[in-house]
Amino acid sequence: MEWDWAFVAVITPTLLAGLKLTLLITLLSAIVAAVLGLAFAIARRSSNRFISRPVGAMVQFVRGTPLLVQLYFIFYVLPDAGILLPPLLAGVIGMGLHYATYTAEVYRAGIETVPKGQWEAARAANLTMRQTWVHVIIPQAVPPMIPALANYLIAMFKETPLLSAITVLELMNQAKSVANSSYRYVEPMTMVGVLFLMISLVSVVMLRWLEHRFGRLEK
Amino acid sequence: MGDWSGYLTLILQGALVTVQLTVLGCAMALVVAFVAGLGRIAPFAPLRWVASVYIEFFRGTSIFVQLFWVYFVLPFAGVTLSPLMAGVLALGLNMGAYGAEVVRGAILSVPKDQYEASIAVNLTRFQRMRHVILPQALPLMLPTFGNNAIELLKATAVVSLISLSDMTFQAQVVRAQTGSTMIPFATILLLYFAMATAIAAGMRALENRVTRGLDGVR
Repeated sequence: MEWDWAFVAVITPTLLAGLKLTLLITLLSAIVAAVLGLAFAIARRSSNRFISRPVGAMVQFVRGTPLLVQLYFIFYVLPDAGILLPPLLAGVIGMGLHYATYTAEVYRAGIETVPKGQWEAARAANLTMRQTWVHVIIPQAVPPMIPALANYLIAMFKETPLLSAITVLELMNQAKSVANSSYRYVEPMTMVGVLFLMISLVSVVMLRWLEHRFGRLEK
Repeated sequence: MGDWSGYLTLILQGALVTVQLTVLGCAMALVVAFVAGLGRIAPFAPLRWVASVYIEFFRGTSIFVQLFWVYFVLPFAGVTLSPLMAGVLALGLNMGAYGAEVVRGAILSVPKDQYEASIAVNLTRFQRMRHVILPQALPLMLPTFGNNAIELLKATAVVSLISLSDMTFQAQVVRAQTGSTMIPFATILLLYFAMATAIAAGMRALENRVTRGLDGVR
């Protein structure tokens, strides 16, 4: 096994193009996960059992099955129902949905850490439901959630290579195609690992800072 | 469509491989987690560094990248692994890194006076770990270990991409042969969910067993 720096220089632009797409996917899926997760969390808190039960069951199911299979399901099964999604969109929806079930738990824990007395005090001060949420609950519930949400952002970033299985040309897929056309696996695969590791390590440092700044959410 | 029982057999064979991977992967992850977790709090500094580097590396890159690295790059270094061995190795090392942090956290959360008391009654380091610290730390680890086991089960789907014929791989085979997409994928989704539910139930039973007799302690 020998390491060829010239080859590394040749493939780096291709890999960086893949990395750009990887970051874009992470960002888009994170937005989906953040919004959908909030919807799940609110739906699960609903006093209407016909809303909270099915949503709860669905969240359990999505959490208990592999993301890869869910991606296949979206990419291969939905077209039979007439919903044809481009690979990138299918990937973003799949990842966003999968991680929404995790962020829903974060939202739930964050809302539950607000002491009950705050709800009662808001009621005693005659605040409306909207005022209670906007001025009392959310300002207290959100800061402790931030590190936990950022944690899932990093997790999502690391899961993006799965999208190569549904033909999205992200970092891993670029590396694979380079490797397959040149019969050299060592450099592309190692470079992918190094790129992921570098970004993860930087994000972990940022996460520590967030935890320091906003505190940790205890379950 | 036609021969459904044949295709179902195929998927069930895949399910067996998935179970095998999960069990072997969990076993390896458990061993690695304790070695690395104890290494991280060892009194000997180089040991701590090695454990930290291992943990950060495997937590910092995805299982997918690690698996491909083990399967495609190691052969160039003269280490050729069968897909099953590569899968177990990658899954075990990956989840072991997460588990190591759990082990470390649980051991550190045992109150300090427990250490002092065991020194006072003249226990050796090994006796202290075996009879005082671990029995108290283990119940703290179990719930997270349960979640990790389910994560590992879900991660096994990735090995289908290095041509190991697990459940996901077999579903793809069925899809290619029949052109039906809904049935194979819905079947394996349900099977994965059933397995995850089984792991969760098993871990709850184990938790009850391990925490028995600890009521007065905490």
